[in-house]
Amino acid sequence: MTPKSDLPQGTLDLLIMKIVALGQVHGYAIAQRLQQVSRDVVQTPQGSLYPALHRLENRGFLDAVWKETESGREAKFYRLTKKGRTQLETETASWNRLAEAVSLILSLSEGAAK
Amino acid sequence: MTWWQRLLRRSELEGRLDQELRFHIEEHTANLIAEGVEPTEARRRARLSVGGPEQVKESCRDVRGTRWIEDLWTDLRYALRTIRQRPGFAAVVALTMALGIGSTTLIFTLLNGVLFKPFPYHNPNRLLALQEKTVQATQFGNLWAFSYPNYLDLHAATRSLDAAAFRYTGGTLSQPGDAEYIASCEVSAELLPLLGISPPLGRTFTTQEDQPAAAPVALISDALWKRKFGGNPEALGGTLAFSGQQYAVIGVLPAGFQIADDTVDVVTLIGQDTQPVMKARDAHPRIAVWARLHDGTTLDQARTELTVIGSRLAAAYPRSNEGRTFIADPLRPYIGDVGSTIWLLFGAVTLLLLIGCVNIASLLVARASSRSHEMAVRVALGAGRGRLIRQCLTESVVLGLIGGFLGTALMFLALKPFVALWPGTLPRAEEVQADWRVFAFAAAVSLLSGLLFGAIPALRAPTRDLERTLRGGARALVGGSHRLQSILVASELALAVVLLVSAGLLGSTVLRLSSLDPGVNILNVLVTRLALSPSVVANPAAIRIGWQDILDRTRALPGVQSVAMVDTVPMREGNNQIGYWPSSALPPRNEMPLLLASSVSPDYLKVMGIALRAGRFFDANDRLDSQRVAVIDEVLARRAFGDSPALGKQLWIPDMGAEPVEVIGVVPHVRYWGYAEDDAQVRAQLYYPFAQVPDRLLRRWSELMSIAVRTENAPLGIVEPLRRAIRVSARDQVLTEIRTMDQLAESTLARHRFLLVLFGAFAGTALLLGCIGIYGVIAFLSRQRVREFGVRIALGADPRDILRLVLRQSVGMIAAGVVLGSVLAYATELLLVRSVAGLQPHDPLPFLAMLALLIGAALAASLAPARKASRTSPINALRQD
Repeated sequence: MTPKSDLPQGTLDLLIMKIVALGQVHGYAIAQRLQQVSRDVVQTPQGSLYPALHRLENRGFLDAVWKETESGREAKFYRLTKKGRTQLETETASWNRLAEAVSLILSLSEGAAK
Repeated sequence: MTWWQRLLRRSELEGRLDQELRFHIEEHTANLIAEGVEPTEARRRARLSVGGPEQVKESCRDVRGTRWIEDLWTDLRYALRTIRQRPGFAAVVALTMALGIGSTTLIFTLLNGVLFKPFPYHNPNRLLALQEKTVQATQFGNLWAFSYPNYLDLHAATRSLDAAAFRYTGGTLSQPGDAEYIASCEVSAELLPLLGISPPLGRTFTTQEDQPAAAPVALISDALWKRKFGGNPEALGGTLAFSGQQYAVIGVLPAGFQIADDTVDVVTLIGQDTQPVMKARDAHPRIAVWARLHDGTTLDQARTELTVIGSRLAAAYPRSNEGRTFIADPLRPYIGDVGSTIWLLFGAVTLLLLIGCVNIASLLVARASSRSHEMAVRVALGAGRGRLIRQCLTESVVLGLIGGFLGTALMFLALKPFVALWPGTLPRAEEVQADWRVFAFAAAVSLLSGLLFGAIPALRAPTRDLERTLRGGARALVGGSHRLQSILVASELALAVVLLVSAGLLGSTVLRLSSLDPGVNILNVLVTRLALSPSVVANPAAIRIGWQDILDRTRALPGVQSVAMVDTVPMREGNNQIGYWPSSALPPRNEMPLLLASSVSPDYLKVMGIALRAGRFFDANDRLDSQRVAVIDEVLARRAFGDSPALGKQLWIPDMGAEPVEVIGVVPHVRYWGYAEDDAQVRAQLYYPFAQVPDRLLRRWSELMSIAVRTENAPLGIVEPLRRAIRVSARDQVLTEIRTMDQLAESTLARHRFLLVLFGAFAGTALLLGCIGIYGVIAFLSRQRVREFGVRIALGADPRDILRLVLRQSVGMIAAGVVLGSVLAYATELLLVRSVAGLQPHDPLPFLAMLALLIGAALAASLAPARKASRTSPINALRQD
């Protein structure tokens, strides 16, 4: 499934892992937090959240437990695994490097890019 | 969770997925309602935010990584449904495959058992066979069996391997029970432990017993133990009177015990053999040496050490060991020409299987044409090309596997009878059993065949011209499938040509060989080995008297016309080839031409029906103390003396003594090696009187002797009277290897006939399949063109024009098949010439005859649908569709 948002490839996984790293959450909460954290700028691409969650779970970056929410309903809560935490760190680092490089290029004045 | 866990817990995962998504939507809806959105609208927006539930679920399933197997399951179910819908078609395919795969697996089982499996000994890949090797090669090559002193020295010196020796002997078992001649073997004490064999009852030999002075001991086979001792454990400590000596039985060998491929009943110690040849370093009394590499030693290290030992012995014993060393090779079963027979059959059944696959492929192509509409609809509904191909392949692989399953079952039924039908005895027959390799082979062949016959039609799964297909109904793909089907039929015919030509060549070879004159009159002659009583064999005078007594008693039997002794019976075995020279100026030994020497008694020509061309044959006056004489065949006369008359000339034969022999008679050539072998290489022959065999050789010669008896009626009828007659003079004189000359003559062609029958059957099947193929394609194409024919006839075309039109297509296919097939058949012929003795290369007659047969049959097969097409009624044709 091709991402239908403006999010760069792979970013959704990174954001999801970051949110899950903050504490056990269920899918709906992740969707809400994604919106809140990014102040409604990042719209979760339609239909891509759950495939992404399942992919991360299958790769062993997340694991999941079923338990009750505060409202007493059963929901699937995701947690970051050890492997996931390492992955999050590497990806964050490489994202930062990329972002720095991109902003460095963008901040060059026109004549200097030679 | 690993992927197979995810696969096994699929329904649980589905439920959980559903629950998770429902939770999301309901939470979202509740929140929206709490924000004041109207419930229906809230539900709609919540659904939208997740995405289409089914799509999301599909994407989640995709990331599980179990998709392919779920697809496979779907395809399998679809395939089984399709097969059930057309059971007739499926049955044809499965049966064709069952026959093809069954016969291929059958021959593979032989390959596996006879050629691939190692010897059934402990850790067989560390076992080696050792031989003596000389720098100078003679006419017999440069590899030799060991002399016993050389073996003993090597055994004592080597550090890289454990060596053991054995030699086949055979002898008369006089006690207990009735006397009989049995196969036996002398082994060194190390041999059985080396092979990992220990007697289940009693003990094995000790090295102290492996000495000339030790008390004689023997191990006996399980079969002999049961036959002679009734399977009683008290046999241990009992005695055997064997070959004139008393042996104490110390153990019973495991059931099925064999050395190499030979079953032996008595095993004795080679060190207890006191014959003079065992002490001579320059004698090579057929001693085989096997060895086991020490752990951590490589074959190359062992070879180096053997070379060193060899050169040390050469320095110490230059007279016998000059230029002589020892070599080692991995121990392999000796199977003679059986290997090439099995490979030929394997080639033939593989061709047959290929033809079967091609046949089914063309059936599937024809069916695919009628299913093209269905396929187009699937493509239009979004099925990918890869997915469609996979689906088609699944179907054919399922058919292939069903065929493979049936075929393996057939193989199990056919294996025993097939081995029993093998000409002569199949070496290592007891190893020919289905094992994991056989099952793996059957599975692989089934899978491959399924893929092969499925791939051709599957790759045609439509992608192009989708619209045209959908609009045009069933007729749209005819152009493409026509070409493909023609190619398939042509290749089927080409493969059939290969089998037909092979069968034709074999047939003409068998015809030619069996019409040859063997040189002897094979009717009404009994030949049998005869072992004199062990009590007389030590005394030369007693041996001569013993044989004369046997000849006299046999001649006196009713129904016997004449009787003679002979050591090398024509077409049986025996290969006493020795060098000769027509003058006393002898060349070096390895440059001397060879002749086959046979010692016979005076009536030999009469018994065998051999004519006398010149001079005389032997009589009672040719004795040990008279002039040494010989009778030669025309081949030797020509080779030794050219055109000048041979009578009265002399031949120097070092192996028969320093003095020359005088030629007193000339006889025609006899095909000693059988029809085929003697055709490939004509060998010169010489006869000399048994009476002139010197005393020192007499015991050995006596062991080799057979008697040949010409009878008035069926020769096997005198076996019992003969047996009784020779027992009168000594109770333990026995007959072995009782044959008639026509059995022996027939056996030299048995392999040829066996190959001919099988190749004939395969070729017939191939021809039938090819004809069915061409019939099917022509009928199919004619049906497709029925409207065209209708129009042509309506416009005034003659039925004969239509006939010609249809036949032109079949002639094209046949021509292509014949051309391609001839090239392949020519290559096959070269292969056959190498592995079938007496098969003459470039024999055009069988080749052309088989091509004509194929062309005729294929034309006949296409004539029926062509006729039908030519009788097309224009009205009906135009009304169709």
